[in-house]
Amino acid sequence: MLTKRIIPCLDVKDNRVVKGVHFLNLQDAGDPVELGAKYSDNGADELVFLDITATIRSRKTIVELVEKVAENVFIPFTVGGGIQTVEQVDKLLRSGAEKVSVNTAAVENPNLIAEAAKRFGSQCVVVAIDARRLEKKQNKWKVCVKAGTEPTDIDVVEWAVKVENLGAGEILLTSMDADGTKAGYDNQLNRAVTNAINIPVIASGGAGKLEHLYDAIVDGGVDAVLMASVTHFGNYTIKQMKEYLGNRGIAVNL
Amino acid sequence: MIVVIDYNVGNIRSVCNAFRYIGCEVKLSREFEDINTASGLVLPGVAAFGYAVSALGALDKQIKEIALGGKPLLGICVGYQMLFEISTEHDEHKGLGLIQGSVIPIPPGRKVPHMGWNSVRIPEDMDLLAGLGKQKNFYFAHSYYADVSDSDARTAYTDYGFDLPASVQKANIYGTQFHPEKSGQAGLKILRNFAQICERYTGKC
Repeated sequence: MLTKRIIPCLDVKDNRVVKGVHFLNLQDAGDPVELGAKYSDNGADELVFLDITATIRSRKTIVELVEKVAENVFIPFTVGGGIQTVEQVDKLLRSGAEKVSVNTAAVENPNLIAEAAKRFGSQCVVVAIDARRLEKKQNKWKVCVKAGTEPTDIDVVEWAVKVENLGAGEILLTSMDADGTKAGYDNQLNRAVTNAINIPVIASGGAGKLEHLYDAIVDGGVDAVLMASVTHFGNYTIKQMKEYLGNRGIAVNL
Repeated sequence: MIVVIDYNVGNIRSVCNAFRYIGCEVKLSREFEDINTASGLVLPGVAAFGYAVSALGALDKQIKEIALGGKPLLGICVGYQMLFEISTEHDEHKGLGLIQGSVIPIPPGRKVPHMGWNSVRIPEDMDLLAGLGKQKNFYFAHSYYADVSDSDARTAYTDYGFDLPASVQKANIYGTQFHPEKSGQAGLKILRNFAQICERYTGKC
């Protein structure tokens, strides 16, 4: 049986992992290669590295970083942040990343998803969606781009269906409303998306307690849960998360 | 020395890294001489099938000949799928035809791609999977799978609502649909097993 995945996300800036809330008050959280290897040894199912600077200069750094991580980490990892072309995707996959995640560029040029899927296969094309709820109590969400700073008119569920049709292999779904609150994932959002599509969905934003992971999987119907910052889950080890889920009847890779 | 076939598809480096990590001599190459003198060959692959086949180009004949000559060959993911006769991913494409079977879409009724860690039931008679107990989790990421029809092939399965072939062995030809280089300690064990298979082969020569 396919297990549900626990995925730590590491925000990377200037070759260091940083932690902060909504990209503010960034603090150094350690070396990406060491932290990646540590998570891998401690039972993470996958890792996500997010280049939060995503400038031309940082892009070269992130390729070098991916190469170093790949020498020490023998679980899959995804790299995201500022990826705009199939050539960049190629470079990152060649450097050792298993998957790449595209966000703003996919909204601006949806064909990027189709091109990447055709060349590298759907399994390595993750589309990240930053979702903001339209109004409180209303189950409608709009896609935001440029690290969540720019709202668009695109409906999240419609966008999810479209990227699936274009060949995306997975969706990394972040609730901008829940992000940083530690009050739980937005499972209405998760459910709306998982009901509409047939590719795996990773829930992101809002994790604070062990039961939030269970709720996202059961109520939200997601395939994986992501911890958006290394600090959010500092009180629990990955093993504890998996044991908790396992005890509640969820299939995990222990 | 194990040679990982370099044919211009994504994430070949990870396979080399994993062999190096377990202390194996490994070379990424597409040179005739290297492939000829290798103790074993690895055909990796992160790509769509058609792209991978065209990227392999004329190397396919050489690999096929050498594999039929008895040299251990390990195909991984799309590299594994290429061991079969045919694939229907983005039109029809011919594979190496070393193992009988066809690569077809995962049937509807479940999420596709089959993405994540799934439990593989390990038969006793597959030396690539030796020492891993009766079942183990490995990392899968694929939308197509090989429907194995070769009566000479031994197959290990995983459950994805149907028995999905996860690893196949036919004489000196080995393949895994999952990624051993991305499956933590259990995956590294498989690569160690393959390295030992290669050592035994070289010893014989």
